Amino acid sequence: MEAFRSFSRPGEPPSIGEYLGKERIVGTPALRKEGVAKVRGSARYIDDISFPGMIFGATVRSSIARGRIQKIEFGEGVIWDEFIVVSAKDIPGENAIALINKDWPCLAADRVNHPEEPILLLAHPDRHLLPKAVAAVRIEYEVLPSVHSMEESERGDVIVWGADNVFKKFLIDNGNVDAAWDQADFIVEGEYTTGAQEHLYIDNNGAIAAYTPDEGLTIWGSMQCPFYAHKSLVCLTGLPEDKVRIIQVETGGAFGGKEDYPSMIGAHAALLAMKSGRPVKIMYDRMEDMVATTKRHPSRTRIRTAVTKEGKLLAADIDFTTDGGAYSTLSATVLSRGTIHAGGAYYWPNIRVRSKALATNCPPHGAFRGFGAPQSLFAMERHMDRVASAIGMSPEELRRRNFLRPGLATATGQKISEDVNLEHLLARALTISGYSAKRERFSRENIRAKKKKGIGIAAFLHGSGFTGSGERYLNSVAGMDATAEGKLRVLVSSTEFGQGTNTILCQIAAESLGIDYDAVEMAPPDTGIVPNSGPTVASRTSMIVGKLVHSAAIGLRQTLQASGLLGESWTTPEFCEAAKTHVAKYGALRSDSRYEPPVDVHWDDQTYRGEAYAAYAWAVYVAEVTVDMLTYGVTVDDFVAVQEVGRVLNPTLATGQIEGGVAQGIGYALYEKVQWERGRMANGQMTNYIIPTSQDIPPIRVFFEEMPFGHGAYGAKGIGELPMDGPAPAILNAVSHATDTDFNAIPLLAEDICLRLALRQTVPVEAVAV
Amino acid sequence: MRSHPAEYDFASPGSLAGVLERLDSEPGEWLPVAGGTEVMVQYGAGRLRARRLLNLWNIVDLRQITETSEHLSIGGGCTFAQLRGHVSVQEHFPLLAQAASWTGGIANQNRATIAGNIVNASPAADSPPALLVYEAELELISARGTRRIAYADFHLGYKKTALQPRELLLAIHLQKRFAGWFRYAQKTGARNAQAISKICVAAVGKLRDGRVEALHIGMGAVAPTPLRLRKTEEALLGTILTEDAIANGRRMLLTEIAPIDDIRSSAEYRRQVAANLLEDMLRNFAAKGNAA
Amino acid sequence: MSRQCFSLHVNGECRMVEAYPMERLLDVLRDGLGLTGTKEGCGEGECGACSVLIDGELVNSCLVPVAQVNGTEIVTIEGVAAGQHLHPAQQAFLTCGGAQCGMCTPGMIMATVYLLKKYPQPTSDQIREGLNGNLCRCTGYMRIFEAVEKAAVQGQGE
Repeated sequence: MEAFRSFSRPGEPPSIGEYLGKERIVGTPALRKEGVAKVRGSARYIDDISFPGMIFGATVRSSIARGRIQKIEFGEGVIWDEFIVVSAKDIPGENAIALINKDWPCLAADRVNHPEEPILLLAHPDRHLLPKAVAAVRIEYEVLPSVHSMEESERGDVIVWGADNVFKKFLIDNGNVDAAWDQADFIVEGEYTTGAQEHLYIDNNGAIAAYTPDEGLTIWGSMQCPFYAHKSLVCLTGLPEDKVRIIQVETGGAFGGKEDYPSMIGAHAALLAMKSGRPVKIMYDRMEDMVATTKRHPSRTRIRTAVTKEGKLLAADIDFTTDGGAYSTLSATVLSRGTIHAGGAYYWPNIRVRSKALATNCPPHGAFRGFGAPQSLFAMERHMDRVASAIGMSPEELRRRNFLRPGLATATGQKISEDVNLEHLLARALTISGYSAKRERFSRENIRAKKKKGIGIAAFLHGSGFTGSGERYLNSVAGMDATAEGKLRVLVSSTEFGQGTNTILCQIAAESLGIDYDAVEMAPPDTGIVPNSGPTVASRTSMIVGKLVHSAAIGLRQTLQASGLLGESWTTPEFCEAAKTHVAKYGALRSDSRYEPPVDVHWDDQTYRGEAYAAYAWAVYVAEVTVDMLTYGVTVDDFVAVQEVGRVLNPTLATGQIEGGVAQGIGYALYEKVQWERGRMANGQMTNYIIPTSQDIPPIRVFFEEMPFGHGAYGAKGIGELPMDGPAPAILNAVSHATDTDFNAIPLLAEDICLRLALRQTVPVEAVAV
Repeated sequence: MRSHPAEYDFASPGSLAGVLERLDSEPGEWLPVAGGTEVMVQYGAGRLRARRLLNLWNIVDLRQITETSEHLSIGGGCTFAQLRGHVSVQEHFPLLAQAASWTGGIANQNRATIAGNIVNASPAADSPPALLVYEAELELISARGTRRIAYADFHLGYKKTALQPRELLLAIHLQKRFAGWFRYAQKTGARNAQAISKICVAAVGKLRDGRVEALHIGMGAVAPTPLRLRKTEEALLGTILTEDAIANGRRMLLTEIAPIDDIRSSAEYRRQVAANLLEDMLRNFAAKGNAA
Repeated sequence: MSRQCFSLHVNGECRMVEAYPMERLLDVLRDGLGLTGTKEGCGEGECGACSVLIDGELVNSCLVPVAQVNGTEIVTIEGVAAGQHLHPAQQAFLTCGGAQCGMCTPGMIMATVYLLKKYPQPTSDQIREGLNGNLCRCTGYMRIFEAVEKAAVQGQGE
């Protein structure tokens, strides 16, 4: 057991140089905290939990896209007396899932705005009786006209939300875009679209609620953000804050899909529990989860750029539009991130981004890994290849000439202060992938080939943490304490859902306390126990919450030292013994740390100017593909992902994050298509919504550059969302290279390629005929 | 789970005779279920209309593969795992072994049976094209006896078959007469594993003196039933596989298939790819001639 | 239809269960026997989270009526480790980062155990095919492949 060496003077943050190479735990592949339980099958997810007397809930949903509810009848063949039935009338507080706005009803009272909108709740002790009962409820509607595309929504013939169907608009206007067109040698325009994407976590959404007047309401659920649910449930029930308790249970994947919707399911379970007086579990099956819960926002991006023949980008005029679905939910913040990332990893002397999120009559779209950035970055990275082609320059050279560098400013006027070197990342990615030789060879060999090969790149950035003033508003707190037995605990509302929160926060805590990793554990993610360290979203856990845990740990250590129970050096047992003694003597040992914004971060919400993010992760990805000209199917043959994410806290987990994100990105690009039928997902089954299997994923080769970031825990920046941004454009660039045809929309299915290539083949024939 | 288990009868007679007796005494009342990879999916989704199920799983008489020097008989209850691993199937009917390996993931191949796949009559199933080109014969059994029917005559329309309510698909009979024939199989699905076919094709053929002496082509997911492409075969028989002949084959194919738009693909795509695969098959056929 | 009695050998123990014959083995394991390590991901045999071994064969337990497993030997994830001692596949998944959210993990480990029994030294293609019925949404499969390879090496020494 190694004795602790103090590396910082109290009160002063250690400098980066002091970190490197000195850590015992940070930077090592510490084993996943809850890993043994997961490989044994003993980890308890929401559907694995039950309580005595627990009954089961189900949701009656709208069958139409938009209309007024005229009549509800309870049909025959069901013993209705045995069922608990809840409608909007049973809601004690506000009928809303409180997020940014309160326009999202918990239960539709008199009108519905999308298919599968919740209207009634049923509960019964026999869960197998519920599907039949749900089907037996007959609802008559007066059908109202509905809107099912961004184009229809912006035309405004039918208004389905607010005054103009617009949830939110942003404008970034930097420099003088309109004056740039005259100076351009080339003006390149393009339109790029992305589809909805289903999260497809393997653990479906579910919640259990229990209520007694004395103890109040407790919700257990599969979720990312216990305090979001807490806020929402307080608003819904009208109960005092301390009578609502939210407990996250083991959560089997989330990817943003369990950011807002668990508040809805929790609310439904709560209403049934309050009415029945019994614990109620609502567990969605796969189809209900797919058709009723959120998806990634579909998007349309129009880009017009001015460029010189030397490949200098002069200006970009970008119109970024997203489909938000029927209620505003998180659309404004998703739009914000997409807007800020729209300029990509490039320096634009002049740039204007106009963006809007529109209402349509499908279930609200929500958070999904990347949060708007994969959409606008897809457009920019496809566009860069088209610009390169238009001016006769290689895609990598065009990028190289325009990369953001330290000292240059982003679209929001944020001067890059990190020591980023995108040229180096690019060079490394090109070398590892053998890009140049392949690009040349494929171009040569493709002409007559039945299997055409292509290689494409994407260079991009992803802002870590909440946008702009977000972290300031969140005002997060993390803590550390010791139990009576001398166990050290991390107290955060940041949740584990596979990405490694438990592990990295315990690594940071153990490192900061100077004790063994095994001596630190996570306090249960229970709003009755932990402080609000903010939602587990936005790639903020390592960087922001990790830093708070780091400070809280230092505080706890200093408390122990100040009390005289701990000397200048110690072993783990000595530390734990000291902590135990402290608890016995003073009743507790606890240290909290509150977020303090870095002094050099300024953001103006009105003009959308300033430091949009405290830090960015940077990356260059290379995809190699084969397009089979018989079947028009695309196979990704090789994938190289080079990134700079600050300090890598745990190489195994970090690599796994990148690989998993790349696989989701491959799905986003080539496999995953939500098929809409008047606002309803028609392919809400795993059989028909296709995600990649073990036989569809190429070798994913992951490389990190590590440049520790001063404000993150041990130099960490965000990592979770980054890998979602790059695969789709890299793959489409590769497919476009292989086929010598521009493909600007995802998902790109074999059917789409067939249509384009087969049609093109017939063109010369028609010309001859004329 | 959208069904109530209490609403379903489930009988396990335990023997073939017992099963047949049940089917005979209450024809149309009982739905035979073997590996359950189709029936249980319907049940889980709340879409299973049948309320009385008759267990065929592990009835020994249905799980045998027997052979003579000229024939191979596959019991209807054989799983795809059994088929793809069987030496004689691999040797004499490689397209069938290949189709078996394409059907679902490993766990489903351990349960799904060849008879289930045939009787379920999905036009997109993977094994029918191979069975069509090998000119399989089906043996149907009821308490009153057995009868044989060419597999090509089994599918009558979309999800309609020649199987009578009292009958069970006992065995698939194949003749070992394709040694040395050219063979070809392709499947296009939405991904490389566990994908329902958008198109699947199987073909065997023989050339003599550069001319097509024999050619059998089977296709799935291009018509309401698995399809043997008789007109296309006819058009190519006796020809030398020149560019013109291949183009003619493409044309005939497009008159013969009638694919649809559905949740898995489009009619347009299926027509284009079916023709591409036919062309690819014919080019390979012309180049390689007889495989052995 | 009324409940009937079925006898199952689960993880080496004889267990009697009373169930409707059409109850899914998955539900009998989870609700009847409290073996919640076997997960439901899709209920249609597509994701493999419910994989178990029945008489040594890998099977999706969501597609098996309990009446079809009367008298069979069933192994679930809870029966893979030897007491406190993790199975090499479990240990390798832990070490290599093969488990992230953990929902596909039990099924993935069952598929690995089955694969390694069939091919003690599997090729890369055999690994990819052997796991093709088990969908993972977190890992991109790379850490899982590494875990299977590692388990194969360690399994040799056992």
